[in-house]
Amino acid sequence: MRISWRKHLNTLGPLVGLVFVVLIFSGLLAWKDVADHREFSGDETMSFFAAMGEAELFGLRAFLGGANAKIVLTQTVIVALGALGMTLIIISGGIDLSAGSVVALCSVVGAQLLNTDWAAGLGVVLITVAVGGLVGFANGAVITGLRMMPFIVTLGMMTIARGAAKWLGGNQTVNFPETPLLNLMALRAPDSFLPLPPGVLIAAVLAVVTAFLLKHTVFGRYVFAIGSSEATARLCGIRVQRTKVVIYALAGLYFGLAGLMQMTRLGQGDPTVAIGLELDIIAAVVIGGASLSGGAGSVAGSMVGALIMTTLRSGSQLMGWPNYFQEIIIGTVIILAVALDRLRHKKAQ
Amino acid sequence: MPAPRLQMTDVHKAFGATKALRGVSFAVERGEVHALIGENGAGKSTLMKILSGALKPDAGSIALEGIPFRPGNPLHARESGVAMIYQELNLAPHLNAEENILLGREPSRLGRIDRRAHRKAAIRALDELEHHIPLDVPVGELTIAEQQLVEIARALVTEPKVLIMDEPTSSLSRVDTQNLFRVIRQLRERGVSIVYISHFLEECQEIADRFTVLRDGESVGSGRMAGAKLDEIIHLMVGREIADIYPPHARRPEKVIFDVHQLAGIGKPADVTLELRRGEVLGIAGLVGAGRTETLRAVFGLDRIQRGRVLYLDRDLTRRSPRGSWRNGIGMVSENRKEEGLMLEQSLADNLCLTRFRPFSLFGWISRRRQHAASAGLMGRLGVRAREPGQAVGELSGGNQQKIAIGRLLHHDADILLLDEPTRGIDVGSKQQIYQIMNQLAEQGKSVIFVSSYLPELLGVCDRIGVMCRGVLSGIRPVGDWSEHEIIAVATGQK
Repeated sequence: MRISWRKHLNTLGPLVGLVFVVLIFSGLLAWKDVADHREFSGDETMSFFAAMGEAELFGLRAFLGGANAKIVLTQTVIVALGALGMTLIIISGGIDLSAGSVVALCSVVGAQLLNTDWAAGLGVVLITVAVGGLVGFANGAVITGLRMMPFIVTLGMMTIARGAAKWLGGNQTVNFPETPLLNLMALRAPDSFLPLPPGVLIAAVLAVVTAFLLKHTVFGRYVFAIGSSEATARLCGIRVQRTKVVIYALAGLYFGLAGLMQMTRLGQGDPTVAIGLELDIIAAVVIGGASLSGGAGSVAGSMVGALIMTTLRSGSQLMGWPNYFQEIIIGTVIILAVALDRLRHKKAQ
Repeated sequence: MPAPRLQMTDVHKAFGATKALRGVSFAVERGEVHALIGENGAGKSTLMKILSGALKPDAGSIALEGIPFRPGNPLHARESGVAMIYQELNLAPHLNAEENILLGREPSRLGRIDRRAHRKAAIRALDELEHHIPLDVPVGELTIAEQQLVEIARALVTEPKVLIMDEPTSSLSRVDTQNLFRVIRQLRERGVSIVYISHFLEECQEIADRFTVLRDGESVGSGRMAGAKLDEIIHLMVGREIADIYPPHARRPEKVIFDVHQLAGIGKPADVTLELRRGEVLGIAGLVGAGRTETLRAVFGLDRIQRGRVLYLDRDLTRRSPRGSWRNGIGMVSENRKEEGLMLEQSLADNLCLTRFRPFSLFGWISRRRQHAASAGLMGRLGVRAREPGQAVGELSGGNQQKIAIGRLLHHDADILLLDEPTRGIDVGSKQQIYQIMNQLAEQGKSVIFVSSYLPELLGVCDRIGVMCRGVLSGIRPVGDWSEHEIIAVATGQK
């Protein structure tokens, strides 16, 4: 029993974090609601519980309600899709800084495709995602072919992809005609939790598939092996270079899909969108328990990490905190999450 | 009689439910080399961490020259006169010897380093060792032996009363070991007390004045080294009789199946020719740096081959990758367990099965249940002490880790096994088990190339032994025709 607990600790840790974030914001919002009510009723001396009884707790209800959960999930889709790819890369001991630029590039590619008449519907999806995969493949090929640091190569690719996106979009946002693809991220029935937008379901299914890929396939073991000890993997006859190229290409596909989601959410292709998104994605993966030195991490953890980030944003918005304040909080949470993780590992030893 | 230089009395230390130390007492006199002997897990490292201030004891007392000694942290311990040299050297590889020696205690005025005083202090420290080491080269470019001298010089700067050395010879060749012993004797002359920890009993016998044996966290015996019998010490260490560490064998190696002809790599090896028979253990002796590791790597396909041939059952396997080697039934255990042998954070099962998931996978999907069942079987056969196959391999002791690294070759059912220092740094019990495994494998008709720096084990386990010197393998002869003395003579190029 004790053993199975330990096994799930890695996933459980981030989950506890998520619950903690929800509880804190619930408390803060209730406090704010009460304060608002006191002010509104003009009775500053009213006791906290009396005020709570009388107040309608709009903020708290908005935060915990099904409608907000839907919004949070929808807002998580893009970071979550990116985090799926990034989880593979980070477990294998690499990093990809070009994710945000690839999202922007693919959003422009998708928009431009919709403006032509030689691809429609599924064709647009496939080509857009394939472009992401191609960029990832290029990353992997350069990293392994020239034996360069992933950090440097993808830093370069970050700028290249951003430039390509601007070029392709003529340095401005690209509008496109009405298309069924817009339903992917559309919030229908805004007052209730269901139905969820298809994008959320797609991300959920892909998360399950990726988790299986990592945990139950030979490829998954190779990803962990390379991140844990590349020399050992090589000694054991794993085709390290080839596996790495596959990892980066696969991750690129996820970034491409995230780009498509980005496009349908905004209703346009935008070459300047998703600046710094790669850092949100990396943060989600790291909050989820992955180690930047490779060999550790999980899809479930990364998904919870992505949710924590969006929940923080949602809560801060409902509190009426300005943007800069949110950024400070998110930064603090990243550092705290990793610090807690280290503490946990120290205890385990 | 004055108080001893260092006295530990009934020291206890527990980590949770695990009792690492259950009553350790020993005393070291002034100018004495005191060997601390024990299997892995006997409590040596815990004891050393307590002495160096990294851990605090739960009970018991420590006295330094009669004064109670309770180091709060490593710095405090050093300033009180207890210095420590760890097995893994702690040098800044990009700084040069001079900078390393004085790291943390640079003579300076207002933050500006006094260059002349700096150099003088470093030279003084090295002069005491009577060794010349280039001062201006980054220490990462020095040999391991030179790096160790730098580390010792650094310890001497603080003028320690007690110097603790943890496995100082584990990566040194015979000649470098003798040099180190000369340094140790000089320090002893000057009154420094040395606590010497080593797995090599013969070395302890050579250098130590007295010894203390630790077993399961207790000091079970101590005495004068002169006159003590090796068998008795081993008996104290393991608490049981080891009639013979090396299993008796009556093998009859058959025909030659593996043939390496005039193999040369980039730099090393320069010229290696060997024939390996079915059911044979072939030993390769030599000094560190002679090119033994490089030979195995080239044969296995990890390093580039410049010249020569590798034939296996008349198939030409000269140019291939590690993957090709595994496919042909050739497996290798690296000398560098932590970096190239194992994936420390990953499970025992994954470490064992990394080269061959096929028995329990279908179209790339792995049945975890069957993988763990197979791993548990192997772990039983290897005598691995672990909780379950899903446990991370890094949590195990060194000996058990090494068994997992070797177990990978058993799981793969490799016919040719290349073992590079498979018993380095592990306890006697685990070593014995590994010898037995090698013996069983040979009896099953597998062939083993066994590289080791420890001559008794080569002489005890192998059928034939060859010696490498400066990249050249020579004089492969049946083990009966070799003596330790002769091997050393060939290895050092005297013959």
